[in-house]
Amino acid sequence: MAEIRVMRDDLLPPRSTERRHLLSITDLSRDDVERLLATARSFARSLEREMKKLPTLRGRTVVNVFYESSTRTSSSFELAAKRLSADTMSIKASGSAVDKGESLKDTALTLGAYDPDVIVIRHPQIGAAQFVARVTKAHVVNAGDGKHQHPTQALLDLYTLQEEFGRLDTLHVAIVGDVLHSRVARSLIQALALVDARVTVVGPPPLIPRGVEAMGCDVSTDIDAISAADVVYVLRMQQERMQEGANYVPSLREYTARWGITPERLRAGQKVMHPGPMNRGVEIDPRVADAADALIESQVRAGLVTRMAVLYDLLTTGPVGVKVQSLHEVA
Amino acid sequence: MLYAKHAPGENLIVQGARVLDPGEAIDAVLDVRIDDGTIAELASRLDPNAHRVIDGTGLVLAPAFVDPHVHLRTPGREDEETIASGTRAAAAGGYCAILAMPNTDPVVDSSAVLGSLIEAAEAEAEVPVGFLASITKGQQGAELTEMAELADAGAAGFTDDGMPVVAPGLMRRALQYGAVTGRPLAVHCEEPTLSRGGQMHEGAVCAELGFAGYPSVAESVMVERDLSLAAYEQRPVHVLHVSARESVDAVRAAQAGGVGATAEVTPHHLCLTDDAVRSLDSNLKMNPPLRSSDDRSALVDALRDGTIQAVATDHAPHARHEKEVPFEAAPFGVTGLETSFAALYTHLVETGLVPLETLLERMTTGPAGIYGLPAPRVAVGERANLVLLDLRASRRVEADDFESRSVNSWLLGERLTGKVTTTIAAGRVVHAS
Repeated sequence: MAEIRVMRDDLLPPRSTERRHLLSITDLSRDDVERLLATARSFARSLEREMKKLPTLRGRTVVNVFYESSTRTSSSFELAAKRLSADTMSIKASGSAVDKGESLKDTALTLGAYDPDVIVIRHPQIGAAQFVARVTKAHVVNAGDGKHQHPTQALLDLYTLQEEFGRLDTLHVAIVGDVLHSRVARSLIQALALVDARVTVVGPPPLIPRGVEAMGCDVSTDIDAISAADVVYVLRMQQERMQEGANYVPSLREYTARWGITPERLRAGQKVMHPGPMNRGVEIDPRVADAADALIESQVRAGLVTRMAVLYDLLTTGPVGVKVQSLHEVA
Repeated sequence: MLYAKHAPGENLIVQGARVLDPGEAIDAVLDVRIDDGTIAELASRLDPNAHRVIDGTGLVLAPAFVDPHVHLRTPGREDEETIASGTRAAAAGGYCAILAMPNTDPVVDSSAVLGSLIEAAEAEAEVPVGFLASITKGQQGAELTEMAELADAGAAGFTDDGMPVVAPGLMRRALQYGAVTGRPLAVHCEEPTLSRGGQMHEGAVCAELGFAGYPSVAESVMVERDLSLAAYEQRPVHVLHVSARESVDAVRAAQAGGVGATAEVTPHHLCLTDDAVRSLDSNLKMNPPLRSSDDRSALVDALRDGTIQAVATDHAPHARHEKEVPFEAAPFGVTGLETSFAALYTHLVETGLVPLETLLERMTTGPAGIYGLPAPRVAVGERANLVLLDLRASRRVEADDFESRSVNSWLLGERLTGKVTTTIAAGRVVHAS
């Protein structure tokens, strides 16, 4: 944790190191997580100043490629890059060559031809970020790949928890809802396991992935299991999963009655988190969402500084993430 | 039932190899003389006369392999494989006979399509190839094909491989009517409402990666159903590419109960588990998917004890650009013809899991028996179908080294021991390296 030199405005531009990526929480060690959170805290202090922009990544280019709609993630990555003085470019799938049927490989090669330092990608398919890391020279940050991973969300959640509780180890977090379709849940379970927090996942049996215990969590289908937790982390109930015939749960009404988070189901002082966007009145009662114990806005604020820390870490010294073999090395 | 381009048999003599044919109970260093493509003499120190000499010193000479499950992508996707390239790949892999699946475009569901394939094979097949026809028209699972006519036209068997015969009533009719053809019925066992959307084996790795799961029960319920129907109709049935322990158990129980059930397993299911999918490499995506280590050990046990009679590559070539996508977007299937022996020798024989003799049997007599093909044998009077194996040679699998038009191998970059140095199929040398 020695190298938090960021705060000095006279810092030299960071030197380029070997290619590194943030594709999955499994790429990180506990040391990596602690360093990233410490860096994020330093950035949070710097943002309290009148002049919020740091020259740290001046001359660097960060490309955001979003194949799925996003408010929080795309805006916070863009602002994070701007706060660090990097040049940014944001590409959305709609209105780009993707509409004309361009493959992910060709899009990645095209963007890679501009020699960006970082490509931030969100894509509906599992493994998309790994794939881009294999075909370009840029550092790649996974901003969500299908139901697989959303590592920066997990990091910002850890940051929020650390700020709120002053510790991460021994915290007990209940993750409630549609774990099966949630990349947020997968990354968060792994991240909490990494820092020795305890996790219980709670939800309807068809929405709990078979074998999920192997990731280091307890499993319950009974909503009462949340009572022992310090924090209730509510997952978004994705409406599209509830279409007729899917039969994960018989109806949203029944889901809400059984697993919805209401004030009555919470202990006094129990904190509530949600990655957004919320379905008020479905997985979370509006009274819970607006209560003082909800950390939901803190999560959004944490998103900015955490993503600044990730960009900084990738482009400077810290050994975040793994090297990915290039296609040429493999094939 | 097997078709290849016409070529005269050669006069050959293989000198000094360790001749290994478990079926003939031969394991000795011998010379083998081949006259006009037929094995004429086995003895120590034969005089070559004018015969072409192949030096077998330090090598194993065994019956060449039979692959009961190959996708030649012809007609329809000749960019991925042709009869010429697929049979060259087979030759490189040590095969003297392969069977092609009918899930092409158009499907092999009429004697016209079958006839055109046979004609093409007689013009360009390096290694004898047989063709299965579909059970249902267009593999739509609604109407039976004209199975009797297709059998007369040369179909080696019937299958809707690539998809199951979903309706039990139709499967029963196929078993009943199929009896008139005298040809085997081979079933792809997958219950589609259980496998729907599934990308990999449902289990802890899948839970972590977030894929929709393809549970082993999606296979085994269909295996159990088809074996029940086969028992009821007293008809044999061949189970394609088994992947799950429960499927193996069902086959074993059916065999014990007197059902003429046979089964095959692929090299990738014998060598890998779902753990490998963590790499998100699209060359590890196939149907059925790689399963758990418990499933894998059940498959290895069943191969060893003979519950599973055959190794089948399920060689499934795909265009490079179709596999160079995220795992979820990639089509199912991997190639296997050119790497099967080395992969299995490295992963099963060298590790002591399966004796070499057993592996050879499951790659020759086993698959040949399922489809009633002549078993390759090292015996006087037999057509020469032989393979020379260097069990000490090791090589790295490289994309540039394939005869196949496609390179979607699950072994790229891996170092394997055991090399096919020469393949003799139907009396002539079809591969030499």
